[in-house]
Amino acid sequence: MFTEERIVITGVGLTAPNGNSLSEFRDALLTGKSGIQNYEIRYFGKTIAGICDYDPLKYQTKKEIRRGTRAGSIGIYCAQEAVADAKIDWENVDKSRVGVYVGTTEHGNVETENEIYEISKYNYDTSTWTHHHNPRTVANNPAGEITLNMHITGPHYCLGAACAAGNAGLIQGIQMLRLGECDLALCGGVSESIHTFGIFAAFNSQGALATHEDPTKASRPLDVNRNGIVISEGGCLFTLERLSDALARNAKIYAEVVGYAINSDATDFVLPNPHRQAECIRLALKKAHLSPSDIHLVNLHATGTGMGDSQECAALRDVFADCPNTYFNGTKSLIGHAMGASGALELAGNLPSFSDNICHPMTNIDELDPKCQLNNLIINTPKKMADVRYILNNSFGMLGINSVVIVKKYE
Amino acid sequence: MTKEEIREAVLQILEDIAPDEDLSDLKDDISFREQLELDSMDFLDIVMELRRQYRVNIPEEDYPALDSMSSTIEYLAPRMTDIQK
Repeated sequence: MFTEERIVITGVGLTAPNGNSLSEFRDALLTGKSGIQNYEIRYFGKTIAGICDYDPLKYQTKKEIRRGTRAGSIGIYCAQEAVADAKIDWENVDKSRVGVYVGTTEHGNVETENEIYEISKYNYDTSTWTHHHNPRTVANNPAGEITLNMHITGPHYCLGAACAAGNAGLIQGIQMLRLGECDLALCGGVSESIHTFGIFAAFNSQGALATHEDPTKASRPLDVNRNGIVISEGGCLFTLERLSDALARNAKIYAEVVGYAINSDATDFVLPNPHRQAECIRLALKKAHLSPSDIHLVNLHATGTGMGDSQECAALRDVFADCPNTYFNGTKSLIGHAMGASGALELAGNLPSFSDNICHPMTNIDELDPKCQLNNLIINTPKKMADVRYILNNSFGMLGINSVVIVKKYE
Repeated sequence: MTKEEIREAVLQILEDIAPDEDLSDLKDDISFREQLELDSMDFLDIVMELRRQYRVNIPEEDYPALDSMSSTIEYLAPRMTDIQK
C-alpha cells in the first residue's frame, strides 16, 4: 500500500538543555535562556555542554534507568510526553500499529567507555565485563527501550544519520505512514553524546570544540569569533499521523509535513559541500511543490564551526537569492548542538510561530561573519512576522549527509 | 567473611540491582523471585557483582544455589571464608 495522504504533526515531546516541554523550550528561545553550562567528563576534564534536567522517574523505575541507557531514557521521556501532548487515548491504541523511528548520531560509545572504565578497576579482566553491554549498545537501543516502556509491538529501529538524524527519523515516520506500515509514528531524534568523552576529545583534536569563559556565550554560530561546537544532550519525538486519522479524533495539529529530502555530498568525511546542501533544499522544495520564495522561515543547521556555517550560508544565498520574504534563524546558540536530536528539536522550537507569527532569534552574534551574511537574518531579538506559513528545517551531518524538512501551517 | 557479613554484602548487591524494592522485610528462607521482581539479567548481576567485588566465580550449574538469601549464604560461606570484609 502507498498513499500520498497528508501527514501531520499532532504531538511534541522533548527535552532540551533549556526546557523539558515545547512551551518551556519556546519560552527559553524567545527570552534568550541558555542551557549551556560548565561540565566535566572523565579523562577529558573541564569543558562546556548542554545538559538536560528532565525527571527520568516521571516515566521509568529506578531499575529501568539503571538497566538502560541515557539515550533510551531520553527517548522514553520524549515518547511519553509526545503521546500525552497529542492527547492520544493510549490505553485503547492498537500498539501493533505504532512505529518508533529514532534518529541517532551515534550510539554505544557511552556504554562502551563506561564498561572499559569499569573493568579497568579489575585489571581489565574481561570476565568482569557486564552482560548489559550488548542490549545497551545495539543500534536499536533507544527505540527499543521506548517499545519496552510503552508496550509498543509495532516496528522500531534507530536511524544512524550523524547530525542529520533528527530529520531522518521524522522522514522515516512519514514514509512508513504512507506505506501503511503503521498508523501512528513516534519519530525524531535523541542524543546522549555528552556522556562520551570521545566526542569531546575528537572535536577538540579537530579544532572544532567551542571554548569560552562564559559557557552561555560559547555557542555562537555565524559570529566572526565562533570557535566550534558546544555538545549537548537532548531529544525530541513527534507523534505523526495521517491527516484523516488526526481529523477523525479531532486532534490538535501543529503542522503538516509537506516536503523532505536527504542526499549525500560524496566529497569528504567531515567538510560540508554547499552545492549538495543546495541540491537537497531544492529537492525538498520540489517535493513540496514550492519555490524558495514561498518559505517564510529557514532554521539553519549552523553549529558554530568556521567552515560549516559559512558553507551553509553560501548554499542558502544560492537557493534563496531573490526571496525578500524569507527569514533565517537558528537554535544552537541557546542549546548547543544536540547531535541526533538537533534536527527534531529545532523544528519543534519553530512550530509555535505558526500560531503567533513570532520567530526566535539566533543569539550570541556580536559581530556577524561577512561570510555568513544572509538577508533577513533574525539576530538577538525575536521577530514578529506578518505571516508564517512555511518553515524549512536544515540538518546536516558528517560523511556528507544532508537532510531538509518543510512543514506548513495547517489550514 | 562471616555469614552475617555475607548476608550484608548480598543485601547491598540487591539494593543496587533492585533499587525500587523495599528489602527491609526480606525473608531469608523464601525464594528471591517470590519476594522481588528479579529476572535472569538480575541474577547475572548478582553473579557479576560477587565476581567483581569478592572474586567469587559461580559456575552456571550452581546458579540454583542463589534461590534465596539462606541458600545463597550457605553456598557462599565456604567460598568466602578467607575474604576479609
